Amino acid sequence: MSTPKTNPFCETANGHFSQLCEDFFSLLKEGEDATCNLQSEQQDYLRFNGSKVRQSTFVQQHDLQIQFQSRNRRLDVNAQLSGHRDEDLLLLKQLLARAREEVQVLPEDPYLVPMSNSGESHRDHVGRPPEARELVDYLAECTRDTEFTGLYATGPMVRGNRNSRGQKHWFSSDSFFLDYSLYTLNSERENKAVKACYSSNQWQQSEFLQDLNEAKLQLKMLQKKSKVLAPGIYRAFLTPSALDELVQMLSWGALSLGSYKRGQCALAKLYEGKEQLSSKVHLSENFDLGMGPQFTPLGELTPMQLPLIQGGKLTTLLSNLRSAKEYGTESNGADLGENPRSLELKPGTLTRAETLKKLETGVYLSNLHYANWSDLQNARITGMTRYACFWVDKGEIVAPIKDMRFDESLFRLLGAHLEELTAESRIIPSTGTYQIRQLGGKKLPGLLASEFRFTL
Amino acid sequence: MSTNLHFNPNPLPLDQVDLLKKFLAEITSQVDWAGIRYVQEITHWRGTRDEKPDINSLSIEKGVCIEVLLGGQFAYGTTSDLSPAGLLRAFQKARDMAVAIGRHGVFSFTKSHRPTVTGRFSSHHNEPLDQTSLAEVTDFLMGANKRLRVSEKIVNSQALAMIVDCEIRLLSTNGTDVEQKFLLMGQHYSATAQDGGEAQTRTLNGSLNRCYQAGPEVFDKDRIFVECERVGREAVELLTAEECPSDIRDLLIDPDQMTLQIHESVGHPLELDRILGDERNYAGWSFVKPGDFGKLQYGSKQMSISFDPTVTGEYASYAFDDSGNQATREYLIKDGLLERGLGGVDSQKRLKLPGVANFRSSSWNRAPIDRMANINLEPGHAPLAEMIANTKKGIYMQSNRSWSIDDYRNKFQFGCEYARLIEDGKLTKIIKNPNYRGATVQFWNSLKALGPASEVQTFGSPNCGKGEPSQVIRVGHSAPPCLFSNVQIFGGGK
Repeated sequence: MSTPKTNPFCETANGHFSQLCEDFFSLLKEGEDATCNLQSEQQDYLRFNGSKVRQSTFVQQHDLQIQFQSRNRRLDVNAQLSGHRDEDLLLLKQLLARAREEVQVLPEDPYLVPMSNSGESHRDHVGRPPEARELVDYLAECTRDTEFTGLYATGPMVRGNRNSRGQKHWFSSDSFFLDYSLYTLNSERENKAVKACYSSNQWQQSEFLQDLNEAKLQLKMLQKKSKVLAPGIYRAFLTPSALDELVQMLSWGALSLGSYKRGQCALAKLYEGKEQLSSKVHLSENFDLGMGPQFTPLGELTPMQLPLIQGGKLTTLLSNLRSAKEYGTESNGADLGENPRSLELKPGTLTRAETLKKLETGVYLSNLHYANWSDLQNARITGMTRYACFWVDKGEIVAPIKDMRFDESLFRLLGAHLEELTAESRIIPSTGTYQIRQLGGKKLPGLLASEFRFTL
Repeated sequence: MSTNLHFNPNPLPLDQVDLLKKFLAEITSQVDWAGIRYVQEITHWRGTRDEKPDINSLSIEKGVCIEVLLGGQFAYGTTSDLSPAGLLRAFQKARDMAVAIGRHGVFSFTKSHRPTVTGRFSSHHNEPLDQTSLAEVTDFLMGANKRLRVSEKIVNSQALAMIVDCEIRLLSTNGTDVEQKFLLMGQHYSATAQDGGEAQTRTLNGSLNRCYQAGPEVFDKDRIFVECERVGREAVELLTAEECPSDIRDLLIDPDQMTLQIHESVGHPLELDRILGDERNYAGWSFVKPGDFGKLQYGSKQMSISFDPTVTGEYASYAFDDSGNQATREYLIKDGLLERGLGGVDSQKRLKLPGVANFRSSSWNRAPIDRMANINLEPGHAPLAEMIANTKKGIYMQSNRSWSIDDYRNKFQFGCEYARLIEDGKLTKIIKNPNYRGATVQFWNSLKALGPASEVQTFGSPNCGKGEPSQVIRVGHSAPPCLFSNVQIFGGGK
């Protein structure tokens, strides 16, 4: 098979972005600066319900975000581009005129970060993902009798960054994900489901079928009568997918310097040393995963490796240039929201073969759902079990469980109650598609906990 | 004149409408039916934090969604390239997908599912955008910061305004021509107080919950500033408040939390696409079964809830959904009995059940799905003071800060910002970290009293998420204060 080449959409978008930025920056007057960020995609979204197609949507969009600075003021303007130079330049001229008007009346911004040139970077992740129409017949047939339901998203995505000081960054990725679930009825006619996600930049039939067949096997195990658990504390094993739902909560300001300073950081007690996690917990931003751009909308390059929690201690909070200026610290290249973009939790030593044996008696949690802080200051999260969760007795899977609500603090779960992390980690790509398909992801192991609290 | 809030450099010109109509005429022979939905949305985000500028942004979204029906299948092609070549590419992608779906579609649709409609809608507002200066809005937000900062213990005060000027034009090969214009205002005010290791946040009715179809008249200094001072004071009060007890007692819920309760435990489970399983891989399924309509006693006799996009000024009002279905008020639950689900024409045909006009999309780049609009709980006859006076052991909770519910919309847990104990008919201690949990049908059947019409409050949100690919939609909810018996409540702590 030949090596995939850069998608023509990415090349066209790059050319258009470069030209438009050049045109736009040439319009700026002395004392004015601008940074342009492009988010573009050409996606096929194909939605299945019960192995049949519910909806298909083709999306082509170019979203340009400009930060304009003048007189120590700033305005952010966003516009959706047509892809035609003259039309888009006309729109940018109108936006520039408006931005110049606004900075006359906006107050001075004391935390404005003057633009500079952070250099250049360029990364293309080429691929050859199949178009959605190529998979309709295949997926409908090979998933028959499984109530296959989910989303196939495929196509090129780009992120570009340039500023009027000469900075140039580019990231593109041509890939797909198939995020799906299979359904069955158990012996008591209750719905039971298993979740899977296949993602790559080239479709490999054998890889997909292996995932699908594993999911089908789990589905059979779900046909047994469910065990009903009473609220209480149980031993638990969380798969990487289940742990992902909890780690995702760290994107709600829990690792942000700004949130910490403003009293809204769930890990404040950890940062202040009032709480400590297990020494087995090492959490870092790791851009070697290659799942998203290393640059931020301000053009900063985040270090390829940025340790945040080391040996259970939160040593570093994510900070961007703006926060750094406001709070008199150094930036470590965080994005505007100071949220993690490429987290990795260091694996442990628990092997897959030992997992059930070490769990002994407790719950095997494949997925969690709808997490939210129930007590921010104590890093306590509530949510639900979902999909293939099982009761394990004496190291053997005995029965699926009825879904339970949990309410548990990260300080306990990742602290005194963390027994082991698995040796094997999984890469979990972002499957977010609000407004535009998201980049990024995480690499996580599974987690064995001596206590996990169910409440309803 | 100083810079004002009006900014619309390229309103949809008549010649562009003519071009879209011409395009539809050109493709009509290639499909069974096609429609074009043009969306232009101009959004201002204006925010200040601690009396300094924080967010100033202006965005222009513009594009089309081409919906094609061919061989019984709908497919969608969307693009921000409105040139003839751009439209053609989007159309061809949609047409080719409709062919590819062929026999694998969930249902065989026909032209009758997209009848011809014409009409207009425009949001009501008192003041136009071009009469309000940007400087006035900025000053207003900084003034709000100042009122929120009632004490040195306030470590963060935020004021945020979201102003949306939206135009949607719906055209089709069978003569549909609908124009809807929306002017939408959202406001958020919050204060975080901190003392030692304790930090508490109080907002004005929850996070960005004050959303309405209105003009800049909503930036009403006299009213908002007074409320901001209360919010600041209450944030400080929470620093020394007692932890919420863990027990079972009567729960009195303020309208600003009732909106969340209605949204999560009535709105979502009644969506017909969830009942059909379309959402089960993402947002989830529903405990409601098709056979429950007309039979399930969802709540107590005092519970009546309507779908009503016709309410002037409520955040999710409109005249037509994105399939051209005309919006009307319908009861979803009457006297506690489940009557009707929230589904547009496509879901109604698939399920053979009545529904509502709610086939809506977030913007031009997403296909419509079944969404909530305004879902409103009808008032009762018990004034708040009377409900308090009649409660021996209870708690009064206000303003949502945490929400979680299972994928069938059954077991929920919600947290609020602020509460007061009710002891022997009186409001007593201030309580921090109040939470409650329950199961949907059991909970709504424990509804024992509702406030009168004079105590109904209306809120809205721009952030209801759902769908694959995902999208957010605007919703509105109104409710009086409501009293529920014997609810499990609890507080914070590790």
